[in-house]
Amino acid sequence: MNIWLNFLIDSLAFGATFMYGSTGEILTEKAGHLNLGIPGIMCMGGAGGCLVLNMIGKSGLPGFLIVILGILGALTLSMLCGLIYSFLTVSLRANQNVTGLALTTFGVGLMKVIMIKLDATVYLVGPKQLYRWPFAGRQDSLQCLGVLFFLAVIVAIVSSWVLFRTKAGLHLRAVGENPATADAVGINVTKYKYLATCIGSGIAGLGGFYYIIDYMASQEAYLSLEAFGWLSIALVIFALWRPHVTIIGSTVFGVLFSCSSYITNISWIRVTMAMKPLLKMLPYVVTIIVLIISSVRNKRENQPPQSLGLAYFREER
Amino acid sequence: MARTSETREPLIHLSKRSSIHPLKAWMIRLAAVALGLALCGLVAFLLIERLRANPGRIGEFYYTFIKGSFSTSRKIWKYLKNLSILLCIALALTPAFRMRFWNIGGEGQTLVGVLGCIAVAFYLGGKIPEWLLLILMLLAALVCGAAWGLIPALFKARWNTNETLFTLMMNYVATYLVAFFLEVWVTNGSGTLPKQKFGKLPTVGGQAYLLIILIVLALTVCLYIYLNYTKHGYEISVVGESVRTAQYVGINDKKVVIRTMLLSGALCGLAGYLIGAGLDQSITTESAGGQGFTAIMVSWLGKFNPAAMVLTAGLIQLLNQGAAQISQDFDVSGALPNVIVGIILFFIIGCEFFINYEVHFRGAKQKAGKEAVK
Repeated sequence: MNIWLNFLIDSLAFGATFMYGSTGEILTEKAGHLNLGIPGIMCMGGAGGCLVLNMIGKSGLPGFLIVILGILGALTLSMLCGLIYSFLTVSLRANQNVTGLALTTFGVGLMKVIMIKLDATVYLVGPKQLYRWPFAGRQDSLQCLGVLFFLAVIVAIVSSWVLFRTKAGLHLRAVGENPATADAVGINVTKYKYLATCIGSGIAGLGGFYYIIDYMASQEAYLSLEAFGWLSIALVIFALWRPHVTIIGSTVFGVLFSCSSYITNISWIRVTMAMKPLLKMLPYVVTIIVLIISSVRNKRENQPPQSLGLAYFREER
Repeated sequence: MARTSETREPLIHLSKRSSIHPLKAWMIRLAAVALGLALCGLVAFLLIERLRANPGRIGEFYYTFIKGSFSTSRKIWKYLKNLSILLCIALALTPAFRMRFWNIGGEGQTLVGVLGCIAVAFYLGGKIPEWLLLILMLLAALVCGAAWGLIPALFKARWNTNETLFTLMMNYVATYLVAFFLEVWVTNGSGTLPKQKFGKLPTVGGQAYLLIILIVLALTVCLYIYLNYTKHGYEISVVGESVRTAQYVGINDKKVVIRTMLLSGALCGLAGYLIGAGLDQSITTESAGGQGFTAIMVSWLGKFNPAAMVLTAGLIQLLNQGAAQISQDFDVSGALPNVIVGIILFFIIGCEFFINYEVHFRGAKQKAGKEAVK
């Protein structure tokens, strides 16, 4: 395959990790919660999926069942993390930044403790081919476009549709902009906050699972997962809080992030080793620029949700 | 909730406490830590095979916590050193937090501080007298840290750019900046910078870490005075309470934001200097080691009060070091400390709710009402 096409597909596949992460984070942020626990949640999602696969990887169950059970495992653990986060921040009105950071510490740690005990020959070698359907077995980067990749695109589009085209989405955005007003018109603020956070966490968890089982498909993949959780939070800003934009955004991030390993193959661009870190810095710099531009232009629809980061207590004025 | 009948009360009713006795508040916090520790024991029981085989050793598990920090004098010094660095970063972040400026870029500000001071040592080490080198290193660290804090502050003041997200991104820019300089400085391909021969903080009283501890102690006192007894400190509090009030009484809130973030960044740079010149004499992308994030929790748990932060930093460091000892003694993954610290933080974070709010149950209230009638 053409090296350029290979590179582009690789970036697209890589981007699915952030696509999940930022779609999940957008749902949470639209409810007014800046969830800095996303890296930990993604890690726990990965661990949950692999934990299930470790039990059933060699059981001889039909392939599609193994795929679904793995996804359910990832959803369960990451949604549990989301539940911890929403209990602390919604019900107990704890500081969101601190809770999120604690959750990341906890999630990343627990994932490492779990993953070290799992057997890669069981959870990875067999199942990875199932998840890579329909392109399993190919040698180029097309092999990574598996079940979970397509699911990521669907989830991003459906989330956008729900957020911007349905009544539930309207209510959710109202909660994130101004919970007191939403409460006054009879929207159950607590319910929306809980649901958005837990569903968002589940989606983000799938990103971690995809990264470990499909995109990297290696035993050490879990060690590098945390960094991409933070990149997912960056992508939320880049996508201006719109899930469908993350499809483009994640590809751009994928291109920026993986170009450092491809660019050395191109003879007419002279790249020294020292340039690589600077290339990897680009996604973050681009994010900062987008953040600045959107705040300078100050268009209402491109701003973070108004009550982002603030706890809501009905009796407080 | 009260849809079925007009008079039905909700099961749980919350109200904000106007005040709470400090003793009671501390009892709630202690109870939370105790509960957290109990849950940690349970988790450890599930994760550590050797404990499951012999449940009687659970006492040993808790003993190991204390052992990790206090069993030998070497460990005590190490404990105090780690506490000081963590406290230094937390102190640096506090002025910004008091202003409700969510500076979560302590990690990056510290890292560029280390970068600045090691850069000076790398290029000028051996060429100028050691005392001059140390001063230049300090200046470089302060300037770099302050610059890293200033950039988000300028945009916050001018265009109200979200500072939480901005400072978070700056952390990663700092990380890759360090990676870049490591590629430039280290030409043999190993990727690790050897220890610099020049630019090491002198030892005081024969103890390697004593100087660092004393510096941070002095900083704690200074910052306590700065925040509580100076005009600047007062302005920070007013801007934090309400920007509109600040504008009304004639405080230039933009100036305060920029000035405070310069201070916050520079103090992070100081922490970087203590790491670079006082401990490592070298730099990696992990030089700040996640402490910039832990420091946020230290500062918040200490209610942005420098004196209380000494305690919270002490507690978190105790947990870290104790859990590290456990993973060593019980032969489990080195990531266990993160799990244990995470669990206990959940409990401490959660318990603040019971300090700030009062919970009334429907039944309890009726009972209290009846007693009042009697």
